[in-house]
Amino acid sequence: MLALNGLEKSFAGHKAVQGISFTINKGEVVGFLGQNGAGKSTTMRMVAGVLEPDAGDAEIAGLSITSQRREAQAALGYLPEGAPLYRDMTPVQFLSFLADAHGLSKEIQKTSIDRVIADARIAEVASKPIGTLSKGYRRRVGLAGAILHDPPVLLLDEPTDGLDPIQKRAVRALITRMAEDKAIMISTHTLEEVPAMCSRVIIIDNGLVVADDTPDALSAGQTDGLEKAFLDLASRNGGEAA
Amino acid sequence: MRATSHFTGLKAAYKRELSDYFSSPLAFVFIAVFLILIGVFTWDLSRFFDTGAADLGPFFYWHPWLYMLFMPALAMRLWSDEISVGTSELLLSLPVELPGLVTGKFLAAWTVAGLALLLTIPWWITVNILGPADNAAILVTYIVSFLMAGAYLGIGAALSALTRSPVLAFVLGVVVAFLLTAAGWPLVTGALSSVLGAPAGDAIAQFSFLTHFETAQRGVLDLRSVIYFLGFIALCCALNVLFVNHRRSGVQ
Repeated sequence: MLALNGLEKSFAGHKAVQGISFTINKGEVVGFLGQNGAGKSTTMRMVAGVLEPDAGDAEIAGLSITSQRREAQAALGYLPEGAPLYRDMTPVQFLSFLADAHGLSKEIQKTSIDRVIADARIAEVASKPIGTLSKGYRRRVGLAGAILHDPPVLLLDEPTDGLDPIQKRAVRALITRMAEDKAIMISTHTLEEVPAMCSRVIIIDNGLVVADDTPDALSAGQTDGLEKAFLDLASRNGGEAA
Repeated sequence: MRATSHFTGLKAAYKRELSDYFSSPLAFVFIAVFLILIGVFTWDLSRFFDTGAADLGPFFYWHPWLYMLFMPALAMRLWSDEISVGTSELLLSLPVELPGLVTGKFLAAWTVAGLALLLTIPWWITVNILGPADNAAILVTYIVSFLMAGAYLGIGAALSALTRSPVLAFVLGVVVAFLLTAAGWPLVTGALSSVLGAPAGDAIAQFSFLTHFETAQRGVLDLRSVIYFLGFIALCCALNVLFVNHRRSGVQ
């Protein structure tokens, strides 16, 4: 459902992403881990069509992000890093704007907006300006926007950042529920969340995939579980975590 | 079913931008200050009631000079805000086309400018009360003034895609707008002609908004001026698309 084929990107001569390839199938929730600067957000931006890759391609539900960008983006739900939103709008207005941009008909817009407001648990703030909401609510509004058009592929950059434990649990439950018929890629710094949400983990370092396995397999034999495995892999590749 | 057009996203961008203008005091302040200044300049500096003529010449005279400052101010946030807040990333991830987004944002700003112009209609009514006015000529000047406002906005919109700072976008917009206005100012045209020769001075003046608006101020609807302003708007929108698209290559 989501296939990355040799994605590469350089900035001012520095290779941020060096030929990343992997596939995420329907029903999989993949944790995309790496230190700051490892190339996670750059990879996600290329998959989302925000950045053009120097080489390689990404296929979203069989559609190329480089040659069929608009069609591929229609099949994608994307929560960017920091969940940037229009602060002057209310969540309902923001979701209506996204629905317009996705070309949803008026009838579908109404049912879709009602559905995601319930799923993201933002009903109580749906008519308040986004700029007045807490970070947790803003993140959930961003998440509601990403799932509004019920896309088969989701890219979520730090979806639980800023949420309290109860909200985190609710978002994890939502992601797990959605995973049944979607391919989901989650970038996160919070390692303890990975076993709770992800069926597979991909670790990147210096723009390269250094591990791709289940959370259990990666943490097998490690007394400190996934965190130790992550630190070991990062140090092996010259990362700062060493 | 999704429409397959280069302008997909135009309606969404237009609605969003218009709501942004009117959800804050920005559009109201813009319109109020514009109306006050055009009133003061026409009434006081041009001595509107001392001319003894029932025409809006003293009123239209100030349009290019006020647009030169006001339109870059209206357009400065169109893209620079998106870039600084990070919502440009959200926009670029949507299944829409850049020409649609750019045109939608531009049209929203042009709507606000048009509304400000529409609210000057009392001046038109006033000259009709004062005496018999050439309403056809006034209508022509209003239409060309609106087109000229679009051209000034186009400059501001395109330049706002080059920076994350609205202030810098405004300053750049005013500088470019000033050059395009002053190039047709008799003082500048005369100086250029004496230095570069009359043909070169005249050629440069042909690129000025002032030159094309002066024809309309005489009540003449010159098709060349209409094409000039519409062409200039199209050029600015095309540049705007290029500048935003350039960000996809990773330029910050």
